[in-house]
Parts: sequence; C-alpha cells; structure tokens
Amino acid sequence: MTGPSDYIAGVSSDARKAPRRVVFVTRRTSAHVRSVDEEQVQTWPEALFRAALIVEMLVIALVLISLFFNAPLEGIANPTVTPNPAKAPWYFLGLQEMLHYFPPVVAGVMIPTLLVVALVVIPYFNINIRPDGVFLKHRRRNLTVFYVVAVSLSLFLWFFDVYVALVPTLVAAAFMLIAAYSGPQSPGRFRRYLVSRPVSWWIMTWFLLELVVLTMVGTFFRGPGWSWVLPWRS
Amino acid sequence: MQLQKQASRLDKLMASRLWKSIFRSGRGASTLHRSMAIQQNVFLHILPTKVRRRMLNFDATWYLGTLTLGTFLLLVITGILLMFYYHPSVPQAYADMKDLRYVVSSGLFLRNLHRWSAHAMVLLAFAHMFRVFYRGAYRPPREFNWVVGVILLLVTLLLSYTGYLLPWDQLAFWAITVGSNISSAVPVVGHKIHFLLLGGNLVNANALLRFYVLHTVILPLAAVLFIAVHFWRIRKDGGLYVQQSEPARETAEEARADENTQQVVVKQ
Repeated sequence: MTGPSDYIAGVSSDARKAPRRVVFVTRRTSAHVRSVDEEQVQTWPEALFRAALIVEMLVIALVLISLFFNAPLEGIANPTVTPNPAKAPWYFLGLQEMLHYFPPVVAGVMIPTLLVVALVVIPYFNINIRPDGVFLKHRRRNLTVFYVVAVSLSLFLWFFDVYVALVPTLVAAAFMLIAAYSGPQSPGRFRRYLVSRPVSWWIMTWFLLELVVLTMVGTFFRGPGWSWVLPWRS
Repeated sequence: MQLQKQASRLDKLMASRLWKSIFRSGRGASTLHRSMAIQQNVFLHILPTKVRRRMLNFDATWYLGTLTLGTFLLLVITGILLMFYYHPSVPQAYADMKDLRYVVSSGLFLRNLHRWSAHAMVLLAFAHMFRVFYRGAYRPPREFNWVVGVILLLVTLLLSYTGYLLPWDQLAFWAITVGSNISSAVPVVGHKIHFLLLGGNLVNANALLRFYVLHTVILPLAAVLFIAVHFWRIRKDGGLYVQQSEPARETAEEARADENTQQVVVKQ
C-alpha cells in the first residue's frame, strides 16, 4: 500500500449497534467473509435436555447389556498358578503385543511415553493445523520424506518380525501412494478425498489402524505362549 | 386435572421464599431466566449460556463427550453402591464378589453395570478423542483443552486399570502382574516405582489396598477436577468447534490475532 489509489476505504454506518468501523480493502485482494454469525439457542433447556436424553439412552443400553451378560469372575487369585496366556485388560493388549517383540523398556516405557507426548503436542505444531493435502505443497520434499519414513519403518518392523504392525503400515502407505499420484482433478471422489488429507490426518489414521489391529489381535488371536490362535477354533 | 393440580403445587413451591433462597435464577421462561439458570448455578455456570444450534445435531459431535460423562456418572453411582459390599482385603475381596453374585439383592446386576460401563467409558473416551481429531477441533485456541482431554484419557485408563484388580480373581491378579511388571522396566527408578505402586515386590494385599484407594478416592477426584476444567474450557475457548463458521486458521498466531480483533460479522 503505497498510494491512496491502492485501496478503497469504507465506513460502517450502523453506529447504533456497533462502534464505528473503518475498513480498508486493498485493490489486489477482495473482501471475504471470515466468520458468519450462527443461530444460537439457550443451553437450558435445549442442550441440557438433549444431553439428558442421550445419557438416558446410554443407561438403558448398558442396563440391558448388564441384564444379559455377566461380568467375568474366575477363581480366587493364586500367585502359584499362572494362566497361559496372562492377558492385560483389552485396551493394553496393543502394548502387550509389542512386548512380545521388543524388550520391556521399549514396548512398556518408550512406546507409551512417545504416544502420550505425541498426542499432547499435536495442537502445538503448525504442521498439524494446516489443512493442505500433504502432497499438494512442497511435493518433492514431502514425497522424499514419505518414502524414507515408510520404507525405513516397514524394514524396521519386518526386521523384528512385527508383521502384525507391518500390515497396517503397508496399508496406510499404499493409500498414501494413491494420494501422492492423484491430483485434485483425479476421477473418483475417494481419490480426491485422499489427495486433500494433511499429514496429521495420515499419521493419526495410521495410529488408529495400528491400535485397532493390535488390540483385536491381542484380544482374539493370541493363545498359550502368545501363539497365533483362531478365536472360532477354541 | 390431577396434572394441573400438581403443576400449580410446583408453581407454588417455586414461588416460595425457601425455593428463591436456594435457586438464585428465579423462575420464568424468558431468555434472561434461562440464561440465569445456567449462569447463576454453581454446577452449570461452567457451561456457556448459549450454544450454536448446529452443534446440537447428532452428527456434529455424536454426543461422544456427553456419553463419556454419562458413563462416568453411572460409574460413580454404581461404584459407591458397590463400596457398601466390598472390603479391600485378602481374601475377603473375592468372597465379596461371590456375595455380590449369590447373596446381595441385585448384586450381580450392580457389578455387571459397573463393569460394562467401565469398558464403555474407555471405548467412548477413545472414540471422543479420534472424533475431535478428525473434526479438527483440537486446533487453536482449543489446544489446551485437547491436552486436558489427553490427561482425562489417561485418568480413565488408570481408573479402569486400578479397578481391574479389585475382584481379586485370577483374571485381576495376573493382568495387574503383567501390567505392573512393565513399570520395573523404567530405567534407573523402575524397581522403586514398582515397589511404590504395589506396596511390595509382588501383587499382594498391600497392592489391593493401594489400588482401592487410587480407584475410589484419588483418581475419581482427579477425574472430576479435570472434567470441570474440560467443560469450562469449552466455554472459554468459544464454544464447541464448528466447521465453516470460523475462519480457516493456518497457524496459532493467526487464531490468537483473530481473537483479539473485532471481526466483521455478516448476518446470514
């Protein structure tokens, strides 16, 4: 903005409602709406009634489950008889699966610590806030990083025989490859959707995939000595 | 007729001096009264007085946070009832499980409800986290509420895990043995942490008592505290995140700048 010809000025006229506002719009840009006023309703009773209703439905569902399914209760705790396999609660079975491949300091301490730290810092890095598709900006750099990370991670998991974690990694990598070699004009809505996904979405989705697969495997497919079993053959 | 009578009795009660001395907001259906019902209530004032209508749609949030809170409330109620029948000692704890099953009226149902609600809470907390992530609701200015959410997820997991030992059956004993052994793997201070956690070198009566105190006092208090902060921050951070109604912010600095300047607001 060097001279007066570079911008137009406007003054808000509704002085009764709001303080006088002066707006300058440079000629090179155009004014655009940054936020829109939305219809609002009172928390009481609109939101609280809905919340109460949904909680009541949850309670009904849980009561029904509790009427038909009994909580497990085995024999009294006996330190001299170790069940095989001894399993942690289901939400820790992903970590217990990792414990099968890596020493406890890695699977039990480093991985969970890294996970918690990674979750906490998500909103503090701009890379996780930008909404751009991962391969749309800085394509060559990002593609190189992707290949290096995907290949080294896969080789690492393969080297330690962690096939359970390798498969979800390869699946995620395959979808990332589809995204990398498609564009915003590609045919197919799904491909265009993948193209628009930012890097944080890919990492979280890979994590979700690993979490689901590892937990399912630990819950249903692990038997004596942590060997592979089929749940429908027991 | 009966209903009318009851309604008038309720009106009379709400107009009474006693009622008015307790509830500061007074009665009435005006917007002011409805705002005051939230604002003038010590428990509700952490909520905003108004919410965007769009956020009440089921597909906006799937009500996952509300449902997680619902399971927590259910767990507090069933948990307190269970505490009446439970002794955190060996071997009485296991005998209490048998009593709940065969002696206490509805004891089996009570324990079932507590157990399944606990699993539901863990599942819902995870679902809530992923849902918030995929909607992008963790973005500034809501960063800290995301952190509080992660803390609450950890508290939820710890609550579930400490509760897992209390029945004192084989399932409980060995799950906690497997889990607590991991803490020994922490470099340098591992064995000290393990000892502190269990009150001994093995899962025994001391461990049961420690887990009981953690499960019924310390962790629920922590949960209540962080849940309060979590809800309060929703209001402080501008209500639930709605896509499109807010500017697409690329950086934290941009979001902060937006907060501090008057925005040109366009009526739809």
